[in-house]
Amino acid sequence: MNNSNRQSIAEIVEKSLAKRKAKEKRFRFAGMLAVITALIMLAVLLLSIVVTGLPAFTQTAIKLDFHFEESLLPADTELTDEVIASMDFHSLVKKTLREKFPMVKKRGDKKALYKMISNGAPYQLRDMLIEDHSLLGKTVPVWVLADDEVDSIFKGSKTIADSRLTETQYGWVRQLVAEDRVVTRFNWTFFQNGDSREPEQSGIRGAIMGSLLVIIVTLGLSFPMGVAAAVYLEEYAKPSRLNDLIEININNLAAVPSIVFGLLGLAVYINFMGMPRSAPLVAGLVLTLMTLPTIIIASRAALKSVPPSIREAALGMGASKMQMIFHHVLPLAMPGMLTGSIIGMAQALGETAPLLMIGMIAFIVDIPQGFMDPATVLPVQIYLWADVPEAAFRERTAAAIMVLLAFLVTMNLLAVWLRKKFEKRW
Amino acid sequence: MHKLHSRLPYYGYMSALWTGLPALLILLLWISFETTIVSSLVMSDLPPAYESYSEQQKGLLLNDIKNHAAGKVTSVLTPELQVLSDRYEHLKSIANMANIAVVLAIGIIGGIFAWQKIKVETRARNNVEKIVKGLLIASSTIAIFTTVGIVLSVLFESVRFFEKIPVTDFFFGLEWSPQTAIRDDQVGSSGAFGMVPVFAGTLLISFIAMLVAVPIGLMSAVYLSEYAPRKLRAVAKPMMEVLAGVPTVVYGFFAALVVAPLVRDLGVTVGLDVSAESALAAGLVMGIMIIPFVSSLSDDVINAVPQAMRDGAYALGATQSETVRQVILPAALPGIVGGVLLAVSRAIGETMIVVMAAGLAANLTANPLNAVTTVTVQIVTLLVGDQEFDSAKTLAAFALGLTLFVVTLALNVIALHIVRKYREQYE
Repeated sequence: MNNSNRQSIAEIVEKSLAKRKAKEKRFRFAGMLAVITALIMLAVLLLSIVVTGLPAFTQTAIKLDFHFEESLLPADTELTDEVIASMDFHSLVKKTLREKFPMVKKRGDKKALYKMISNGAPYQLRDMLIEDHSLLGKTVPVWVLADDEVDSIFKGSKTIADSRLTETQYGWVRQLVAEDRVVTRFNWTFFQNGDSREPEQSGIRGAIMGSLLVIIVTLGLSFPMGVAAAVYLEEYAKPSRLNDLIEININNLAAVPSIVFGLLGLAVYINFMGMPRSAPLVAGLVLTLMTLPTIIIASRAALKSVPPSIREAALGMGASKMQMIFHHVLPLAMPGMLTGSIIGMAQALGETAPLLMIGMIAFIVDIPQGFMDPATVLPVQIYLWADVPEAAFRERTAAAIMVLLAFLVTMNLLAVWLRKKFEKRW
Repeated sequence: MHKLHSRLPYYGYMSALWTGLPALLILLLWISFETTIVSSLVMSDLPPAYESYSEQQKGLLLNDIKNHAAGKVTSVLTPELQVLSDRYEHLKSIANMANIAVVLAIGIIGGIFAWQKIKVETRARNNVEKIVKGLLIASSTIAIFTTVGIVLSVLFESVRFFEKIPVTDFFFGLEWSPQTAIRDDQVGSSGAFGMVPVFAGTLLISFIAMLVAVPIGLMSAVYLSEYAPRKLRAVAKPMMEVLAGVPTVVYGFFAALVVAPLVRDLGVTVGLDVSAESALAAGLVMGIMIIPFVSSLSDDVINAVPQAMRDGAYALGATQSETVRQVILPAALPGIVGGVLLAVSRAIGETMIVVMAAGLAANLTANPLNAVTTVTVQIVTLLVGDQEFDSAKTLAAFALGLTLFVVTLALNVIALHIVRKYREQYE
């Protein structure tokens, strides 16, 4: 190569340099853009849910003076809880409302008036009287829940134009406000009640209990079995056909769509074994199979990180292999296993699809008390509410999502904390 | 005492295992088979009048009897069915009593056996360790049983489905409308089970999802591993992982609440007619869900490329982006392809987003603005709610499930194979 040629190469490089640098800049920018896009999407997702769900954490209550008339009690009867349960509190509520607004005379207007407060009010009064029999004959001011239409106006999630409230109803609301009889307070009902057809009475207590029961079953089964499987595969298994088969199966199961586990649950647990639908036990069994691969994989990694010197020392002191594992290796690997299990449980807690297959989507008002009671879980409750067109339910859906995410964040933070606290560098 | 072979607790463990294990095993077996056996016993006594009933009608009958025996319904049964209901209840209670008796007996026998075995020369530790090892092996074989369970349960019902609907009709049929007619004169319920439009819809939505997830996921993985300062990486990476931790039902709600109306409004401003349940909205949201999946898998393979290759490229005067594009990405390509295949299998099997944001009607279309349906949506709609277990409609869900399982399994096996092969290359 001669001198001029070499120079020309340098020139070519020199010439193309600006272009290449611009390209470099563009590429870098594209990369940054991708990261920013992903983060913006996360922000939009979370923000839209928080903005939608926040109003659901408050609710509007109206103070009315109820007179527990003696005439409610049938003549010549003792005041017992059964008698109270059969009393007509609906009429009492209606009568109180009519007395509060004496100018309402027309039938249609009366109906509109009754609709202003939640139809759970009579039950609230009943429970008050059951709790305190001496209330009979007295007049007590009681905060009853406002109907969800009134509620939405106060929380500003609906303007008057969107609302189904009529001008007359709005007038009554203004009168109540003027008399200082309306308050917007924290929505305890949301955390105390089960599902309901009425938005203002619906809550997530039942769903949370259901989720808790399901997670107890899942953790109780998948943790011991997952750890046992990991111990066998990591400490005992020698390469053999059976062990290869097990490994392949575990890796594949981790990637099987969750809905397929639901099909398995439906065919085996419900149709073959005749277990009840909607039961937390069945849901727990299905989720156990689903989370098992996660726990096994995490537990194996934890076992792998325990250095061989620990094992050799134990064996050298005369421990049997089983003693070496259970007395020395397992305790050291436990934090890692727990971390993996918590992450597996967080997965199980957010899972919906397989539970739809085993009938967990029934409308259930009662709070489940046991593993065989019909129940629903938090994500399924979210799915059910998301289907309801009413705006008040949309708020509650987002609020339930916030609660679910709070649980998941807590669990993940716990896992991170555990890892940090017990992490050992050998 | 010093003459004992094992330390004392082992004799206790041994007795506990002998007492508890066999009894527990019998209890589990008993519970799993009791209902099936009692039901078949009851049904074998079915009065001759019902002989002509089809399997399906018999199933409904059995359900009636069971509900009655459990006292869940108050309707009145015909006298002969009432007899069956009473018999069912009677058998159930006998079975329960027998269960308790048998389990207790086995527990006691096991306990006595263990008691007899407690002698100086018994090697209790070896005994216990053998049993525990057996338990460990049993736990690890559950993965196999689960797979077998999935295959069998899905296959079994699918075979029954294919007895009613020819295999070719299912796999090559161009029309899907599983609503079978109850009366002959009903309109619009042809009961066609051609899965092509359903599968096409799944592919369309997955394709849109990959269009979102692959560029964003891959580019952010490249940026975070090659360019980003350590601090940014430490913050941005976990934030992206958060996207993976969000439950799918939340994405579904997000799709229905925000993205679908947005896509629709945008379409209206541009002058396009967008369906309320467009494939585009579902696909976009599914893409967001899959971004972290693609990015963390790509991150792994990009980091696995040896530093020497980067250094070589820099030494030749390549810019950073040229190194990435011409050296690192080609070297990491097999791993990235494997990761993308895993992501595709994830998209195909994803359920909640499409259930909440995609349509129910099976349209055979490639237009992302139309509503399409997917395999998972159809499985959910066919199986949720009231169902009779022998109709082609319900069984079709299992045939779809089988297809889904086989397709995702194949994708996973291929992907894992590619990823593993790639890893070996650089290790």
